[in-house]
Amino acid sequence: MSTHVVRLPEAQLQPLLAAYNASVRSRRRHTLLILACVVVAMLLASVSAEVSLSKLAENIHRFPSYIVRLFFLENGQPVWTDLSEWFWGLPRWLRLLGETLLMAYVGTVLGAGVAFVLAFLAAANVAPSRWLRIVVRRFGEVCRTVPTLVLALIFVISFGLGPMAGVLAVIVHTFGVLTKLFAEVIENIDMKPVEGVSSTGSPWHVVMRFGALPQVMSNFTSYTLLRFEINVREAAVMGFVGAGGIGQDLVEAIRKFYYSDVSAILVLILLTVAVIDMLTSKARHRLIGLEGKA
Amino acid sequence: MSSVRQRYPEHFQRFGRDRFVMAAIGFGLFALLIYAMGRLGFFDGTLLSGLGRLFEIVGLMLPPDPGSWAHVKIYSISLLETVAIALLGTLSAAVLALPVALLAARNVTAQRIVRFLSRRSLDTIRSVDILVWALIWINVVGLGPFAGALAIMTADIGSFGKLFSEAIEAADRKPVEGITSTGGSHILGIRFGILPEVFPVLMSQILYYFESNTRSASIIGIVGAGGIGLHLAEAIRTLELQQTSFIVLMILVAVAAIDFLSSKLRFAMIGRRGGVAV
Repeated sequence: MSTHVVRLPEAQLQPLLAAYNASVRSRRRHTLLILACVVVAMLLASVSAEVSLSKLAENIHRFPSYIVRLFFLENGQPVWTDLSEWFWGLPRWLRLLGETLLMAYVGTVLGAGVAFVLAFLAAANVAPSRWLRIVVRRFGEVCRTVPTLVLALIFVISFGLGPMAGVLAVIVHTFGVLTKLFAEVIENIDMKPVEGVSSTGSPWHVVMRFGALPQVMSNFTSYTLLRFEINVREAAVMGFVGAGGIGQDLVEAIRKFYYSDVSAILVLILLTVAVIDMLTSKARHRLIGLEGKA
Repeated sequence: MSSVRQRYPEHFQRFGRDRFVMAAIGFGLFALLIYAMGRLGFFDGTLLSGLGRLFEIVGLMLPPDPGSWAHVKIYSISLLETVAIALLGTLSAAVLALPVALLAARNVTAQRIVRFLSRRSLDTIRSVDILVWALIWINVVGLGPFAGALAIMTADIGSFGKLFSEAIEAADRKPVEGITSTGGSHILGIRFGILPEVFPVLMSQILYYFESNTRSASIIGIVGAGGIGLHLAEAIRTLELQQTSFIVLMILVAVAAIDFLSSKLRFAMIGRRGGVAV
């Protein structure tokens, strides 16, 4: 069996081929130009960031050796040979971890609570007043753009060292992020139930309660649970600026070169975060499953 | 009405079992909240006295004022440094994460053990906070912005590796099959079958991270890894509150500008519909 490929006559083929080559060439040029821009930007940035590859090459061996060093005790033995020595501060660290979790919990619940109310004022389709909406939106934007640690630093001045400053920072940031997410959820709802309820002459809050709330509740819960996961991580570093939680001991151990303490605290944090992630993702899947059944 | 009630008793029950369970959970969560607030010192007066001082401090912060032109110059330079740290960290992380992501993607790497190892190492990298990476890199290359760039790079390899491998796994298999059917090798299949398809997604993720890294880069200075965070922490600790609010304002403007630019670039590259899956 032989196949016959139809081939255009040379005279017709030439211009087509030329056009194809030209288009490929122009795309290549385009890509190269973008690549050149990126490379130039990288070079300028590396001047500004004092990048020195020679310094890196000279010292890079310290990175793996630091990581390895984390897993050896003061007496030169690997950490797993003497668990009680490795986790010598366990009671104190567990207490601080508990404090971290409480900070994340209170921060998430209170932040989400405020966001829950304000999101209805910030959503374009249900907001009662245009000015209020703009004010709430801008306020939320500021709250979520100021980095959490900066907020914590400012709160530490006014509330003193301790978990209070950290919780407030988490609350403010959570509020900023969730107001935006919640408002977006509300903007995507089906407006028919809302119209139905408002056609009965009900006041605004009743319309929201029976028209909008049932549609958004599961999404809200899911976003809040996700935020809780993130807040546990955030609360764990609040101690870096003295705002409570396990971060205080971690940063002290790193600064004072207590290598085995660093790894012990990191292991505890990683385990806690992993367990929390697992639990919340289970809860979220149950929630989605429930919704699927209904 | 009563016949309807008899036919559908479950719809007329006032408190079903589900409702009872929900109420119990809600009550438990509320009790935990109150307990936690008590433990964290919400009820012992710290909150009220602190709030008074907070208002005082916010009052002292206004209006934002850098103090002198010399300060403005220093702050602008370190703001540029912050953006440079974010740019370097993001791009180098993207370049380094791509091969790892290929190793971690199911449709590229057949060996289960390689995939498992690369995934677990990405998970571990991701779960260590960027500030911890910064402190570790400071031990290696010394204080300064270079350590910051390396910290952002390390932390982002973890996130990019995960996001990229997910994007690669979501890619359509047909182009790869087409290339393999013409006799192309596995590598060629990846190069011409998968990469062109996932490239726009990767670009939009990189741009998104560039923006969020600018925010991270502005705080790693607090632990000494360069950028504007150093000046910010100093201004707060020495209670130069007007300078503090000026620096915060500068960061907000810079982040907003980068947000604007990166969303423009993203739309130019992938069209309006391409969203970021984060």
